[in-house]
Formats: sequence, structure tokens, C-alpha cells
Amino acid sequence: MSRTTARSVLLPVLGVVGVLVIWTVISETVTKELPSPLKTWQESRRYVLEPFFKDGEMNQGIGRLAFYSLVRVGKGFLLALAIGTPLGFLLGLSRSFHQSFDPIVQFLRPISPLAWLPLGLVIFQKSEPAAIFTIALCAMWPTVINTAVGVRSISQDYLNVGRVLKLSRFKMLTKIIIPASLPYVFTGYRLSLGLAWLVIVASEMLTGTPGVGGFLWQEYNSLVYSHILLSVITIGAIGFTLDRVMGFVEARVRAV
Amino acid sequence: MAFLEVRGVRKAFVTPRGTTDVLGGVDLALEDGEFVAVVGYSGSGKTTLVNLVAGLLTADAGEIVLDGERVSGPGPERGIVFQQYSLLPWMTVHENVALAVDAVNPGLPSRDRRRITDELVDLVNLTPAAWKRPRELSGGMRQRVAVARGLAMQPKLLLMDEPFSALDALTRATLQDELLRIWGERRTTVILITNDVDEAILLADRIYPMTPGPAATLGPAIEVGLPRPRQRRHMSLTPAYQKARQALVEFLKSSVTKPPARLGPQVA
Repeated sequence: MSRTTARSVLLPVLGVVGVLVIWTVISETVTKELPSPLKTWQESRRYVLEPFFKDGEMNQGIGRLAFYSLVRVGKGFLLALAIGTPLGFLLGLSRSFHQSFDPIVQFLRPISPLAWLPLGLVIFQKSEPAAIFTIALCAMWPTVINTAVGVRSISQDYLNVGRVLKLSRFKMLTKIIIPASLPYVFTGYRLSLGLAWLVIVASEMLTGTPGVGGFLWQEYNSLVYSHILLSVITIGAIGFTLDRVMGFVEARVRAV
Repeated sequence: MAFLEVRGVRKAFVTPRGTTDVLGGVDLALEDGEFVAVVGYSGSGKTTLVNLVAGLLTADAGEIVLDGERVSGPGPERGIVFQQYSLLPWMTVHENVALAVDAVNPGLPSRDRRRITDELVDLVNLTPAAWKRPRELSGGMRQRVAVARGLAMQPKLLLMDEPFSALDALTRATLQDELLRIWGERRTTVILITNDVDEAILLADRIYPMTPGPAATLGPAIEVGLPRPRQRRHMSLTPAYQKARQALVEFLKSSVTKPPARLGPQVA
């Protein structure tokens, strides 16, 4: 193993060990309520080693819970793309559309998922669609904004090719505008997926639906603090993986 | 009335820092099947002239008439080979050419359109690279694709905007020879914009020198009395070549020392 690869493996491991040590020290000294890494592991073993067991609605392996959350995020994310992508293209393509709707986009963008969720519950009267509504509404803005910027920054050279060839509006869109803005669109998708995953915990907590976030909240109420940590670590790991996967897709799109 | 007539065309660009008169009354006439070059210094307004004839820009005054029709917007009958190639990077060589072939032959069966595309790719010697994307190609190969795409528009008039200016000298010479061969086969009407006097003489039947801007105009046309088919070798020694070159260089030099009258209202 060369020096650089040794460093690139060793140093991150060192970082993880350091965090575990600090965690242990804090749990032993400052807050006795915080389970140590060892205790967390002992109490979470079954959830990790048998990730798909199911004893009850809220007592399930972490793999099963993560799966519920991922499906929910997937639905919300797809809904966000389905609304956000065309909205972004319209904002980028039409000046008058941009002038009418950009202020609304800027107004809605900073609203927290915690604010949308009760509204979703009022509208849908059920927790599942309300959660998906919230995820979609919070996650779509990066897609909307990046797509609009992508469309507006298409090189005039490419558009001139289409103008000289007198391409129809449809061909202009499919042959030039969409491919040219795709790298921006996918950056938007990656950021949207990250947001969707952030929102899942809040929406599951509030609706009490089974999933990693719901489990976290339930275990807090049942005073099993080690499972809070298990959930936090799971959420982090999945978020990290999702970002890497989307980053890979994004790089492939950019390479063309 | 000539095949292409450019009459009294003016164009100014308004910027926050004032108005720049780019073209101050350009006149140019072209017959069907002619190869005409416009030679001038960089920044004199040559690209603006191309964009006006292409219809990508609108003239402030004057008119451009091609084959009896007034130019009012872009269209494939005025094909264009852009200076910066403008190939679509997400498409292969074949797809870039096919985009133009499909656009101008919507009624043709796809098999025929495919055949035309194959022929054009072959005409510019790119068949081995047909399935590569522009970023995998050298500058010379990219410009060949752009030429093939320009021809694919089956234009009445092909506009070439400094097509070889970004290439190294050797590649440029090769492409000039290829253009000479292709033009010999196709006889498309061409306006070539260039800042290379020798390139203009090698390729064109007639050359219009352009005065340096602002408010650039075209000088009187200089006929190139060289017979076709032309060969690069020994050509520069012929009296016809010398005569054209001298006339061209003299005009371009004298136009620098004597700045053209500013005709339009000018805001510095």
C-alpha cells in the first residue's frame, strides 16, 4: 500500500476512533444519561444484526425501518422532481412566467417542513400523504432553482444552431435545451434528495409513522436512549450514501 | 439583381457605456455559385456581418435580399459554419450532422436521411470518428464536423465565419485544401469571413476588404484571377496571386491610416 492510500484509509479511521473516544468520555462524565458507544451497540445489536425482524408496528429491525423511510422519501422526492423540473424549465424559459412566479418561489422556499406538515394533515387528513406532501414541498426548491438557472445559462451558440436550423419548439426543447441544462438539473436533484432525507425525520416524528424518524421519536418517549443514537447513525449513513450515489449520477451526466 | 444583395446595412450596439457603430453602410453582391471572401482586421465587424446575413441579428438600416427574398430571420437556406464550431457536445459527430439533415429534410424517409448524413460525414473524412463526441476530437476534426453540418443544411448560401482561425497552421492548410476540394464537388455559394489574406486568395473568386471599425464598410471587390481547380503549390508565385495580394494589402493598410468617417450619431 502506498503512502497516500495508507493515509487516506488511516486518517478517516483515526477520526472515527477519536469521535468514539470523546463520546465515551462524555457519557462517562458529563451526562450519565447518554449511553456509551459500547452500551449503544449492546442494546442495538438485534436491530442491526437482524435488520428485518418485525415484532410490532414500531419494534422492527433497522433495515426494515430504513426501508419504510426510503420508500417515503422516494415518493416525496419523485413528486418533488415531477413538480420541480417542469416548473424550473418554465421559470427558465419564459420571462413573464419568471416575473409572475419567481417571487412566490422565493417566498415559499424558506418555509420549514414543520410548518408544512400540519397543513398537509389538514388537507389530506392522513399522515402518509401529509408526510409525502411535506417532503415534496420542501425538497423541490433546489430542483426548481437549478433547472431555471441551467436553462438561462445555455450558451447562445447552442441556441443559434437551433435557430438557424429552424427547429420546432419541441425539438429545440428535446435536442438542445434539455440536454444543455441537464448538468444543472442533476445538481438540483442531488440537493433535493439531500433535503428530502432531512425532512423525513421531522415528518415521521410528527406523524408517528413507522420509519427511522418515527422509531427515533418513539424510543425517546420510551426512554431507550441508545436507540436514538442508533437512529441518528442510520440516518447519517443513509444520507451519506444517497448523496454519493446522486453525486456519481451527476458526474456521469456532466461528463457527456 | 444579384443572388445575394446586401445594401447599405448598418448595425450599432447599444451598451451601458454608449453606442458602438459596428457596421456603417455595408454593400455586397454575390452571384449564385460564387465563392466570395471578406477580409478584415480582427474586431472590425466581420462576425456582425455574418450574423446579419444569417438573420441572427437585425440590421438598423439597409436590407439583405437572398434569391429575391428579404432576410428577416435565421433559416437553414443560409447555412452557417460558426467560428467557435458550436457543436452540441452531448451529440456524436453523426448526430450533430443528422440534426441538420433531419431539420431540412422532414419529408424524407429515415433511411435516406441516414444515407445523406453518412455521405456528409464521409465527405469531410470523419467516418472513422462518426460515433465520437466533440470533446474527443481535435480542433481540425471539430471544424470538419461544423463544415459537414453547414453543408447538411443544403444552403443556398453557406456562411463561414473565420472557420479555421483557431487551428494551427498545418491543420489550417489541410482544411483549406479540403474545402477547396469540397467546393469543387458541391459548388455551394459561399461567403468566407477571414483575417488571413492568403486563405482568401486561395479559396475565393472575389474578395471584399473590410475597413477597420468603428462603422466598418467594405472596399471595392478584388477579383482573384486564378484558374480553378487551384493547387496550393506554386500558386503564390503567379502574377495573378501577387496582383490580388498587393491590391488587398494596400487597401487594408491605407484604411488603417485614414480612419473612416463616422456617419451615425456617436456617443463615446
